[in-house]
Amino acid sequence: MSIAHEFDYAKPASLKEALALLARPVPGGAVSLAGGTDLVAWLRDGAVSPGRLVDLKGLAELRGIRLKGGKLWIGAAATFAEIIASPLVKRHAPLLVESSGLVASVGVRNRATIGGNVCSAVPCCDSGPTLLVHEAVVHVATPRGQKRIPMKQWFLGPRRTALAKGGIVLGFSLPLAKHAGAFAKLKRYRGEDLAQASVGVRVDAKGVWRVAYGSVAPTPIRGPKVERLLKGVKKPDAALLKKAVALAEAEVAPITDIRSSDIYRRLMVGVMLKRAVRLAAARLAGRGPAYGINVMEEDAQ
Amino acid sequence: MKEIAIRLNGEVRRVAVAPNETLLDVLRAKLGVKTPKEGCGRGDCGACTVLLDGKAVRSCLILAIEVDGQSVVTLEGVGKAGPTALQKAFVKNNVFQCGFCAPGVILSASALLVEKPQPSEHDVREALAGNLCRCTGYAPIVATVLAVAKKSAKKKPASRRARS
Repeated sequence: MSIAHEFDYAKPASLKEALALLARPVPGGAVSLAGGTDLVAWLRDGAVSPGRLVDLKGLAELRGIRLKGGKLWIGAAATFAEIIASPLVKRHAPLLVESSGLVASVGVRNRATIGGNVCSAVPCCDSGPTLLVHEAVVHVATPRGQKRIPMKQWFLGPRRTALAKGGIVLGFSLPLAKHAGAFAKLKRYRGEDLAQASVGVRVDAKGVWRVAYGSVAPTPIRGPKVERLLKGVKKPDAALLKKAVALAEAEVAPITDIRSSDIYRRLMVGVMLKRAVRLAAARLAGRGPAYGINVMEEDAQ
Repeated sequence: MKEIAIRLNGEVRRVAVAPNETLLDVLRAKLGVKTPKEGCGRGDCGACTVLLDGKAVRSCLILAIEVDGQSVVTLEGVGKAGPTALQKAFVKNNVFQCGFCAPGVILSASALLVEKPQPSEHDVREALAGNLCRCTGYAPIVATVLAVAKKSAKKKPASRRARS
């Protein structure tokens, strides 16, 4: 038996039922299951031992990608494969296509969901920087009604989020605006790997930059110092980029772990920021390669 | 225990499962399907790849109880009517040595060729990036998938063009 721990399983058909199942007491507690690519691995490791799994894949509220109320709505149960294939995401949030394409491998992307990714909330969460620079809003259902949580307030620590116990993430809304972006992910080798560091940047038509980092702090974080420096400059020159690199290196707080040393992460964040900013500036000007590359891979240069 | 029904390689199979049994465990231990392998057990290596409703997924990270009512294809199902063109070409080019990764590689590559009959080299490498091979390396595998795609385009140009 590959999972030693025993638990109950329920697949509710309605949101109300799902919230009730999460709220009903059970030894070990109840947890939500979406794609399971993190949760089942953690169950196998014995890292978590819930008494009940509540499978959210039967809930219509969590499915689909559409325009809703002037925003791009991405259901929490959208898989990375669905996000990559979505014409709406490609048109309105192409940066999300770029970062989703770098999540693990096809076999994981066919199953793993964006809602699960941000609820797992590991520091290397690939969706984190992208949703942060889009200033996405997390829509949450609780037994006491629905709530909206800005992405900036979402991550509280490694594997800790602002989702109250028993809450369910319904999806994400992303404001629509003309913009360009780029996502850089540093890995130990080509193909699938968790990020040693990641950088997402977004620039709008007025030259307002948003920058976020992954794997270089306890959670994905914004880069306010770099954002202030670049503000209003649609095409930063070499001198400005040099300053931005120094600020980026200073505003991250990496640690040494199995994937790399803190100093390597800190210095690479500067390199990644420079490449991502250049790429986003080129895309804003209508040049540059299509979304769906990793600027850290040699043939993307 | 709960009885689930899955369409396994075209045949409806019913089996009683506990919530903590993975799809991989149930396929191998209860349904007698042995081509999906347990390698890493955490979704990295791709040896446990199966097609779930046509899409390549990791059966080690899916609970059997989750796939009630869905269709699962393993290598046993792919080669049901004799080896496919891809399988024959893999044998001819001797792309596998120990064969542990072969079922996963064949399923991932087969799913790719259905979705994208004329993949680029990048597409092939991307589709197989999560199927680790420790023996022969990836060059002969990738070259063979590309060659099979090219050959199938020559054979059926009309239908391929109509689809793209």
